[in-house]
Amino acid sequence: MSAESTTTLQDDQHKARYLADLARVAPNSAPAWLRQMRAEALTQFRGAALPHTRIEEWRQTNIAPIIETPYESVLEPAPHGLRRADIAPLLYNEEGWTELVFVDGHFDEALSSRGPLPEGAHAGGLREAWHGAEAKIIRPHLGKYLQERNAYTALNSAFLLDGAFVHLPKNAAPGKPVHLLFLMSRHDHPAAAHPRSLIVLEPGSEAQVLVTFAAMDGGADYLNNAVEEIVLGNNARLTYVRVVEEQVQGHLLATTEVHQGRDSRMYSFAATLSGQIVRNQICVELAEENGESVVDGLYLNDGKRLVDNMLSVHHSQPQGTSRISCRGILDGESKSVFLGKVCVHPNAQKTDSRQLNKNLLLSDHASVETKPQLEIYADDVKCTHGATVGAPPQEVLFYFRSRGISEEAARGMLTCGFAGEVIEEIPIEAVRARLHRYVFEKYAPAKVR
Amino acid sequence: MLEVKQLAASVNGNAILKGIDLQVNEGEVHAIMGPNGSGKSTLAQVLAGHEAYEVDPSSRVNFLGADLLELPAEERARAGLFLAFQYPVEIPGVTNAHFLRAAMNEIRVSRGMEELDAMDFEDLLREKMELINIDPGFAKRFVNFGFSGGEKKRNEILQLAVMEPRLAILDETDSGLDIDALRIVSDGVNKLRTPTRAFILVTHYQRLLSYIVPDFVHVLYKGRIVKSGGKDLALELEERGYDWLKEDAAELVEA
Ligand SMILES: Nc1ncnc2c1ncn2[C@@H]1O[C@H](COP(=O)(O)OP(=O)(O)OP(=O)(O)O)[C@@H](O)[C@H]1O
Ligand SMILES: [Mg+2]
Repeated sequence: MSAESTTTLQDDQHKARYLADLARVAPNSAPAWLRQMRAEALTQFRGAALPHTRIEEWRQTNIAPIIETPYESVLEPAPHGLRRADIAPLLYNEEGWTELVFVDGHFDEALSSRGPLPEGAHAGGLREAWHGAEAKIIRPHLGKYLQERNAYTALNSAFLLDGAFVHLPKNAAPGKPVHLLFLMSRHDHPAAAHPRSLIVLEPGSEAQVLVTFAAMDGGADYLNNAVEEIVLGNNARLTYVRVVEEQVQGHLLATTEVHQGRDSRMYSFAATLSGQIVRNQICVELAEENGESVVDGLYLNDGKRLVDNMLSVHHSQPQGTSRISCRGILDGESKSVFLGKVCVHPNAQKTDSRQLNKNLLLSDHASVETKPQLEIYADDVKCTHGATVGAPPQEVLFYFRSRGISEEAARGMLTCGFAGEVIEEIPIEAVRARLHRYVFEKYAPAKVR
Repeated sequence: MLEVKQLAASVNGNAILKGIDLQVNEGEVHAIMGPNGSGKSTLAQVLAGHEAYEVDPSSRVNFLGADLLELPAEERARAGLFLAFQYPVEIPGVTNAHFLRAAMNEIRVSRGMEELDAMDFEDLLREKMELINIDPGFAKRFVNFGFSGGEKKRNEILQLAVMEPRLAILDETDSGLDIDALRIVSDGVNKLRTPTRAFILVTHYQRLLSYIVPDFVHVLYKGRIVKSGGKDLALELEERGYDWLKEDAAELVEA
């Protein structure tokens, strides 16, 4: 009884902190429809329980360290003093790319760089867009697709002050990626940002979007509470890659909702490289016929970190294809959670869905909870799932050693190979190279790189 | 270069090698034959340093002046011992080129030599692939992954060619090779024969030994070498099988 009541008290304190910050939001800083949306989200947040291990979808994901911390939400772009050189390691600097930087959730034009975009295409800050002509594009989509409604997604909407907006008109195809870098600046006190993105691909358009969640090193604990909404019109194509490079003192709760039209195709990849508590929640709805979605991922877990991937695909209409494939490398005393949820609605005949979660266990003290969840209400469907957890087999290690390669180097090479296989699938060369490099530097002794 | 004295080994308490004596000198080729399950692969694995086998403490193996049984597997390889596996394992995610470069550099560094840079290694690998007649595309493929049985065997010989060991043990490298591949592999091995490099060929077939002519042939039976002879012994075995030796061996065991 006492456990329950203390958490509730703590929950109330945690919520009170956000409510106090919300009360400071300047009332007339947005169009009326948006203020209305925020107000509804605020009501929702007040009424919602914080995610807790008592709730099925969070059963394995204990975010108590987040709930115990009094974060101050960043309402205004603070003077951070950052220059491009300071964030260079997080940028790609590739020819033709558009790289937009958001500090504590707020768009920063000075840190951003722009490549050419097709006529009518838009990539920039959400706030400047909703004040301008883009408002009519934003309004029908923003906040319309959130299936996952928990206290934190509501909080994100209640704090909807800025964010990223990418829009491609019909049949536009920039050919070069748009990189959204959500950067947490250094704070003296625990701080929270609530980054938001809206990505709208009109019918027939084609985009590559790369999202990085990162922070400047040092400073106090922080929370990145992100929500992304992605809309693919009929026959649109999207490559979406998320790279999580949070600091050791940082947590990320990221919810992405993807709404796919007829004949649309998405390839997505979520790479979690670092961060203390990271939850990647990606929910895809194949809302029209013949949609195709790939939800791939890689998580590198170690220390006492917690990484949770909750990936779901709703097949609402016939002939949808989904592939969920996620790999994890588990070291130290880390905990990983994988939930692959596929829901095939009654109308979604000829659904073809596969999911696979493979884990490489490098430490006996690391653990993973992996679970498929299939809800199938149609009869003519093909759904498979599988999961593996294993250490490198002795016979394989012996093979390396018989060639003069030390066991340590062998483990490193095998680990890089395990990760490398999924990294190779990413269709953006610069991202592949970056991830390969990261993995090699983390796991492979220098002499065998 | 290799001196094996009374080598005995067991696995889970079951004795498999029961006192093997074998002397291999520089430049020699030894063939080891014998019925299935007689311990040929076990001998090869024990020499290569596989830890699943428990080696009797009274066993002695000297390799190029070192106490071989004291060395972990990787150091045996660095000292110049090579085993071509009867069943090479598949290593998804690691390319042949990366694997071989790592192996080669570990060995070079252990010998106080400089690491080969990627360019020099590529040249060397291309040259060795030509020698074994392997499609250059195999450099980029994962080690043995999805290879056919014969391709795996050829890949073992490629590794041998790259690593340039002093003593190479080939465990049934000829099994599963088609006639052309057998000739290519044998030619490769013959090209690698030097006055200072020795080979131990484990095989069931006299055919291999007509391509790679051995100096000695040994018959292993129930964990013992029950007969040794010149290359003609292989022909005799081909003709007569092992039964006549089994009778001799029975006497040997009783004695
Ligand atoms: N790791 C092991 N665990 C249990 N038994 C083993 C192991 N390794 C070998 N043995 C047993 O030892 C015996 C010798 O096996 P080995 O593989 O050395 O035979 P071989 O002469 O190479 O046979 P083949 O000609 O069929 O390759 C066999 O009875 C085998 O089952
Ligand atoms: Mg054998």
